[in-house]
Amino acid sequence: MRRFGLRAIAVFYLLTVLLGPLSMVFYRAFKSGLHPLWTSLSDPNTIHAFKLTLEITAIAVPVNTVFGIICALAIVRRRFPGAGIVNAIVDLPLALSPVVVGLMLFLLYGRTGWFGSFFQDHGIQILFATPAMVIATIFVSLPFVAREVVPTLRELGDEQEQAAHTLGASGWQTFWRVTLPSIRWAVVYGVVLTTARCLGEYGAVAVVSGHIEGKTETATLRVQDYYENFNQTGSYGIAIVLAAISVIVLLAMTIIRPKEAT
Amino acid sequence: MGFVTTFLSIVVLLPIAALVWTSGKHGWHEFWTVVSAPEAVAALKLTLGAAVIVSALNAVLGTITAWVLVRDDFAGTRLMNAVIDLPFALPTVVGGLTLLALYGPSSPLGVNIAFTRTAIVLALLFETLPFVVRTVQPVLHELDRESEEAARSLGAGEVRVFRSIVLPNILPGILSGVALAFARAVGEIGSIVLISGNLPFKTEVAAVFVFNHIQSGDQNGASAVAVVMLLISFLLLLVIGGVRYLTTRHERRA
Amino acid sequence: MPMNKARKPTLLAAGVAALATTAVATAGTNLSLVAYSTPKTVMGKIIRAWQQTPDGKDVTFSQSYGASTDQARAVGQGLKADVVFLSTGDDVNLLVDDGLVDSKWNRQSYSGIAADTVVVFAVRNGNPKHIKSWADLVEPGVQVITPNPFSSGSAKWNILAAYGAERRLGKTDKQATAYVQKLFGHVVSQDTSGRNATNTFLAGKGDVLITYESEAFASRQAGQNIQYVIPRQSMLIELPIAVLTSSANKDVANTFIRFVKSDTAQNLFGQYGFRPVNKKILAKYAEKFPSRPGIFKVDDKIIGGWRNADKVWFDPNKGRMVKIEQAVGGPSSG
Repeated sequence: MRRFGLRAIAVFYLLTVLLGPLSMVFYRAFKSGLHPLWTSLSDPNTIHAFKLTLEITAIAVPVNTVFGIICALAIVRRRFPGAGIVNAIVDLPLALSPVVVGLMLFLLYGRTGWFGSFFQDHGIQILFATPAMVIATIFVSLPFVAREVVPTLRELGDEQEQAAHTLGASGWQTFWRVTLPSIRWAVVYGVVLTTARCLGEYGAVAVVSGHIEGKTETATLRVQDYYENFNQTGSYGIAIVLAAISVIVLLAMTIIRPKEAT
Repeated sequence: MGFVTTFLSIVVLLPIAALVWTSGKHGWHEFWTVVSAPEAVAALKLTLGAAVIVSALNAVLGTITAWVLVRDDFAGTRLMNAVIDLPFALPTVVGGLTLLALYGPSSPLGVNIAFTRTAIVLALLFETLPFVVRTVQPVLHELDRESEEAARSLGAGEVRVFRSIVLPNILPGILSGVALAFARAVGEIGSIVLISGNLPFKTEVAAVFVFNHIQSGDQNGASAVAVVMLLISFLLLLVIGGVRYLTTRHERRA
Repeated sequence: MPMNKARKPTLLAAGVAALATTAVATAGTNLSLVAYSTPKTVMGKIIRAWQQTPDGKDVTFSQSYGASTDQARAVGQGLKADVVFLSTGDDVNLLVDDGLVDSKWNRQSYSGIAADTVVVFAVRNGNPKHIKSWADLVEPGVQVITPNPFSSGSAKWNILAAYGAERRLGKTDKQATAYVQKLFGHVVSQDTSGRNATNTFLAGKGDVLITYESEAFASRQAGQNIQYVIPRQSMLIELPIAVLTSSANKDVANTFIRFVKSDTAQNLFGQYGFRPVNKKILAKYAEKFPSRPGIFKVDDKIIGGWRNADKVWFDPNKGRMVKIEQAVGGPSSG
């Protein structure tokens, strides 16, 4: 009886908070038929928004993957003074509001900001253009690879690496042949999380984008744009495309997770 | 090593420096005046209040959900397990939109909570759903069930077993999950912006306050509240770090 | 369809340019239009019409829409713009102060104004609360929606309209200010932009939305169940358009602005619910845009022009709205 009670609570919780609302989005998107949905999705500005989101993700994910691996190696293998601080700073984006991140970039690259006049004099547009949106996205998705790799590296220990080293392997060879294969799944899992975060970023990007249709509007900003301009079908339409991508990411997560455990 | 430091400096530390400098450039007094302005105080109070409620609900419901996922086995558990991470994978704006679809003005249930504080709590619950579940679940999974059985055979009731055997083990997991959820709740904007109404003094959370004040050109106000949010983030990271340290010490002793 | 054809290469160009960080238009000129939140539809039509003329044939557009003051601030912080179309002269003055718009912008034809509209009350169909005048807004139990005056131009117009209407009814400065405070005691939502406020109202919140006539018209066009009332005392909203001094395409930008004031564009404004500034064309739509005896302008002496209104009402430290927001907000109403 008790078990049934707990089960009921858990199911009810998930239904009210998660599954119920989600199913409504699908209903709303398809409610007025396929045609308006298709018109909204095939709008050139919408297509551009998806492309921009993918471009930003394609820059931010590799940057954070390389950084995450190097950072994790530095934290775990080189017990340098201040490793704790580095660890904390890497985690900061997890705990910090994306709006605050956007504000920081605003204060750095705005016309009256620290570097604003420098970049303006050189004719380089950072704020209200792709560069600021990329920087914002890199910031918010910074921790994921490092956080996945650090514990794996810890558990792994460095005996194999030491062995490779004694056998005459260079640092680089050791990394490619010994370290990377063993942290492979942690890296992949981290990459999946990073990708999800990049695709869905809203707060930081909203502050620095300038909302120029067909230029600096990402998919998530487009959802809001459509919603505000009386096009609910379009809004829900982009939402389900993004939701579909999330489900794919989710599948990737579920498939990878058990492998990581072994 | 140099790479890590340089990268972190440019991407994270430099922006933080710009923020702290801006908020402090008119002196401590000005900073305090801005932060203690009624609208800022109302926004921060609402944010912290909502975060506390959401954290508490998460601690209870998240633990129950994790428990059901690990100990219960019915047709739905695998599906449930798969969808737990969905809020993480789903863009926050889409999260807000989904809630609006079911609990908004044209709700098929006839429940309209749009533009209320309840909507904020619900949106935050949506976004923070995975945290506690995912930190408690692995601990529960590895928990040795023999001691529970032993306690039961000695006549301990279910509540007693949970309180004296299960809870101490999963508590660190709950705490770090709650801290993560709290941090997330304090900073959230995407899921809230469409559903809360953003009314100053009533439904304007701190992140929206910062956003609105950037928009209206009030960089001082925005920066001051942002610095408070930054401090809260650091504090929570300390808590998470502390919990992590305590648990690993426990492991080391064992 | 010609629009689509004109657009495709730009999209590619925009993508490439965005990646190269220094945005240079490749084919023809690209004009950046930064505008306030509500005229998206009509500006789309006007741009399309211009692109069918020899002048605008090879010109492509980048468009950004948002809360008026926010947009002006963003341009001030470096958002690229050739033409700004804002909802108040006050916001254009922000750019004048930044040295980004010529201080003589209001000496252009029609005083630098592209179109007009008036402050109206949008109500639920059938007007269940019988809202007709400003006095009805402060009746017990009436919930009012207006945007946030520190980011929205629409909100500024609404406040000045409320104050001016009372003055027109013979009230003193003090009484009229007290009315505004009383009105804000009835405000249940202050969104960032006029458009967001509309959405909040359409979503079922509040009894009255104070908004632009053009916006109420657009909502009806979008099939929403609302109607609107033009109060006897209302404010003529003048929507300014200006070219940026920093623009690299000033000539093209000025040509575009001239087109916006041409008969073709003025007719489009009329069709989409904006009052044309061209009197001859306005006369064609006389039935659609009824006149009211008590319509006043921002330059009337009770308001004293935008510079004065900004100082008295919207100064972020000492303005009357700061005090009013604090008085009606505060923990007690929370």
